[in-house]
Amino acid sequence: MLCQKCGGKKASVHLTKISDGLKSEMYICEYCARESGELDFTMEGKFPLYQFFSSMMGLSAPESDPVLAPATNREAQCPVCGLTYSQFGQIGRFGCARCYVSFGKDILPLFRRLHGNLRHIGKIPSRAGTQLKFKQKLEHLKLELQKKVVAEEFEEAAQLRDKIRELEKGIAAGGE
Amino acid sequence: MSGSEGEGNRQEQEQGEEAFPVGPETEAENAAAQTVNSAGQQSGQQQNQQPDEWKRLQEITSKWMKGMGPEEEIVISSRIRLARNINGLPFPPLASDTQREKVLALAHSVLQEQSEHFREMRLIHMGSLSPICRQVLMEKHLISPLQVKECHAGAVILRADEVISIMVNEEDHLRVQCLLPGLQLERGWQEASRYDDYFEQSLDYAFHEELGYLTTCPTNVGTGLRASVMLYLSALTLTGQLNHFLTAVNQVGLVVRGIYGEGSEMVGGLCQISNQITLGHSEEEIWQNLYSVIRQLISQEKKARQQLLNQQREKLADRAGRAYGILKYARMLDSKEAMQLISDVRLGVDLGLLQHVPLEILSELLTLISPGCLQYLKGRNLSPYELNLERAIRVKQCLP
Repeated sequence: MLCQKCGGKKASVHLTKISDGLKSEMYICEYCARESGELDFTMEGKFPLYQFFSSMMGLSAPESDPVLAPATNREAQCPVCGLTYSQFGQIGRFGCARCYVSFGKDILPLFRRLHGNLRHIGKIPSRAGTQLKFKQKLEHLKLELQKKVVAEEFEEAAQLRDKIRELEKGIAAGGE
Repeated sequence: MSGSEGEGNRQEQEQGEEAFPVGPETEAENAAAQTVNSAGQQSGQQQNQQPDEWKRLQEITSKWMKGMGPEEEIVISSRIRLARNINGLPFPPLASDTQREKVLALAHSVLQEQSEHFREMRLIHMGSLSPICRQVLMEKHLISPLQVKECHAGAVILRADEVISIMVNEEDHLRVQCLLPGLQLERGWQEASRYDDYFEQSLDYAFHEELGYLTTCPTNVGTGLRASVMLYLSALTLTGQLNHFLTAVNQVGLVVRGIYGEGSEMVGGLCQISNQITLGHSEEEIWQNLYSVIRQLISQEKKARQQLLNQQREKLADRAGRAYGILKYARMLDSKEAMQLISDVRLGVDLGLLQHVPLEILSELLTLISPGCLQYLKGRNLSPYELNLERAIRVKQCLP
């Protein structure tokens, strides 16, 4: 593909720009990217907090600094929305709910610094809550099943398997 | 972070050279406004056009501003906001146009499915409002600055009294907000939570077992709750004690800002205080913590007012009278000066030194003097110079 800016060189930079909540995508060549300053990823707007994020996440310090830049997977990428950990550090925004799982433990220090806590206390949506309970029960039953199989208690294992199937059907049907 | 909601920088808007293309305001609103009636059908919203200044003021200021709330002499309003996202769809900043449209369609279907709960609500598409209309909604704290800049499939669901406003496709898929006069955090939380429940009955929220409600910005994760109170600490400002108290407020996890959000200046002791932490504390703990701090500030402010009244009664009366005189007879007013003068008059009214000015007019004036409202009322773009002229005219007309 040719650069969408100059139309002459081969596009080697896929630029996804989120500015003021608006997303724009461009395929440009390296030269145009450097020329336009787009490779800087500097944030527009007045959110000094963004800048704190990357330092809280150890992204602004040189990788050799063991204190400021703890070993994190800078290139971890969310499989759903495509946001990378470094991009998250730059924009200070998650791309989707899955990002919270995709970036794993690396984002926990940020939460600890922002909130001083890592566990939600308070309202639980009743639907998701119901699902949550079913999922917890399912996990528990699966563990039990494994134990029964290992212990060769097949009759009980079969009963557990049936229960698991029933529960999985319930979850698929909306948690009832 | 929290600065992204409901506010903007008024000074900056005034200095902005860029002219607002003025749309046919009332038609734009009519076209955009859809009332969801009890049968779940939509009908066009009629807008009453009245030349009378008072009628226009009523149109432009929220109905809730007419009602007064607890601690009304010090507290202007209380606000609760819940940030929510729908499972399985990227958050608005990264969502495609189609995905944003889907979010809007889902929100719309909730209104129809649960029409009994949304009888008084109307869905307004941001794209169908002129920039000035959007700015007015922002100045009334009903939408955020982010939504003022037209974003694809952005909308707000407004209750007729404007107490409940639900932003769609803002930074999060949904932002449920309850705005009440005076100090009413508990009621605000109950109301917002009720509407949150209605949506939750039909939508699957992005929720994590340990981290709670998942939000676009990590500063909102957990409860997704931002509770804030807008209040006048005029006497603490006049007696030079304000900074002392604000430092203490910051130490208990609360943020103090001007009324137009992050970076906006505090004028006349008018400020906005809100929680910063959203994870690891329950909703009740969060608003109760804010409530108890506000209670403390109110009692300190009252003490300072009494002290001023005892020691400098004539000086205060003079200050209020002068402020009233300038507001009533000035030909040009910039917004900062107007805000300061309104604050001085208000203090005089609260302390019984000025009798004939109703408090609710002063609260309404705070909205009316903002650039978007002035331009909306005038029906065209105004330069900063014209804004100052227009502001003075409006203020003069509204004051008794």
